[in-house]
Amino acid sequence: MKRQELLVAALENGTVIDHIPSNKLFEVVNLLHLEQMKTSITVGYNLKSKKMGHKSIIKIAGKFFSDEELNQLAVVSPNVTLCIIKDYEVVEKKEVFLPNELKGIVKCANPKCITNNEPMKTYFHTVEGKDGVLRCHYCNKEVDLDHVKLV
Amino acid sequence: MENRSLVTIADHSKEKIMYLIRMAEEFEKHTNRKLLEGKVVATLFFEPSTRTRLSFETAANRLGARVIGFTDPKVTSSTKGETLKDTIMMVSNYADLIVMRHYLEGAARYASEVSPVPIINAGDGANQHPSQTMLDIYSIYKTQGTLDDLNIYMVGDLKYGRTVHSLLMAMRHFNPTFHFIAPEELKMPDVYKQYCDIHHIKYVEHTDFTADTIADADILYMTRVQKERFTDLMEYERVKDLYLLKLPMLKRAKDNMRILHPLPRVNEIEYAIDDDPHAYYFEQARNGLFARQALICDALGITLDDVTNDHTIID
Repeated sequence: MKRQELLVAALENGTVIDHIPSNKLFEVVNLLHLEQMKTSITVGYNLKSKKMGHKSIIKIAGKFFSDEELNQLAVVSPNVTLCIIKDYEVVEKKEVFLPNELKGIVKCANPKCITNNEPMKTYFHTVEGKDGVLRCHYCNKEVDLDHVKLV
Repeated sequence: MENRSLVTIADHSKEKIMYLIRMAEEFEKHTNRKLLEGKVVATLFFEPSTRTRLSFETAANRLGARVIGFTDPKVTSSTKGETLKDTIMMVSNYADLIVMRHYLEGAARYASEVSPVPIINAGDGANQHPSQTMLDIYSIYKTQGTLDDLNIYMVGDLKYGRTVHSLLMAMRHFNPTFHFIAPEELKMPDVYKQYCDIHHIKYVEHTDFTADTIADADILYMTRVQKERFTDLMEYERVKDLYLLKLPMLKRAKDNMRILHPLPRVNEIEYAIDDDPHAYYFEQARNGLFARQALICDALGITLDDVTNDHTIID
């Protein structure tokens, strides 16, 4: 490999989240609470990508997430690639799937929704027949995944 | 324990709706009973709504229940910062059933999840108002003798009108044809038109409101066009008088056609129409009493059999 291409160091053990749209990078960071982690994390921002033009990538050393944690990523960037690394080898590749129910992740856009006025968890369902749309369990307002804000 | 709360009527099956109509019919035959003697019903109105509260309290009182509650949120602890959950938990120690009205959307759903006693939603913001829907459906059934295959015309504010949205969803089982008559700014939102498409409900949209447009109506459901709903006040001035129902507009109406209105009315139905046989809005409000008696009993686990074989009838 040419020296100029080696932008991000290899990982011994941990999780690689690749093909993150660059404008979604910091949402992914927040969603997985990476700022609270003590292990080393490499973040690549605006890297060149054959597939996407530009992409971002996160390498988290010594951390393996549950499927539930990883599926939250579908809310902000459904097309990420996940690689589980053990001993410098990719031992598993995963896709993320939008869960049918999202609890405590997405904020309801309706200011008059009870969830924005009471100390409680938000709760959304996916909507049958409408891809990329979530419906608030409480106020029934629908929100497009492209416009969601995280809690 | 099964959650017997009533948050929305949109999820009710056709059978459940017909069951509640049968129950309301029983209460219309014999309104005064001691069926709920010994029960306490709480009415918590976090937002004032005099006619809904009076209707619920009358329904409970005429069945022998005692009623506690508040009518003005200013006197309650919610102004001191108490959460809804705390208020519900406190009141559920005292009452067998909580009827609640709240200005926040989803409040009743949340209350029904935390409350150990059943909740009846008496309106949560712009979201749901199932007892209004139940009395609307009961009124339609009473005046038409059926709920099936009716031409239902909805007029006025179809964008923010919570009652028209709930009615639309609850009628999906009965093969209605809807006609939506509204100004451009207040027309039926796409989400409800998609709902119609998904459930194969026929609908036609109109912006004009004349004797000809409503000639085929079985039900004319009027709502108020409110000034505060408009972003463009010029537009309001232009359309405000276009959606008023005047007596001459009824000259081609079918004999069975009835005019409904959730009330309060301001000027959208001319007062001269009150004496016309098509007018039904005051009887409609009266039907609310029987519909709410049915909803209260259903939430308390009292069945149609219990109501038909009731030996506590007073009158």
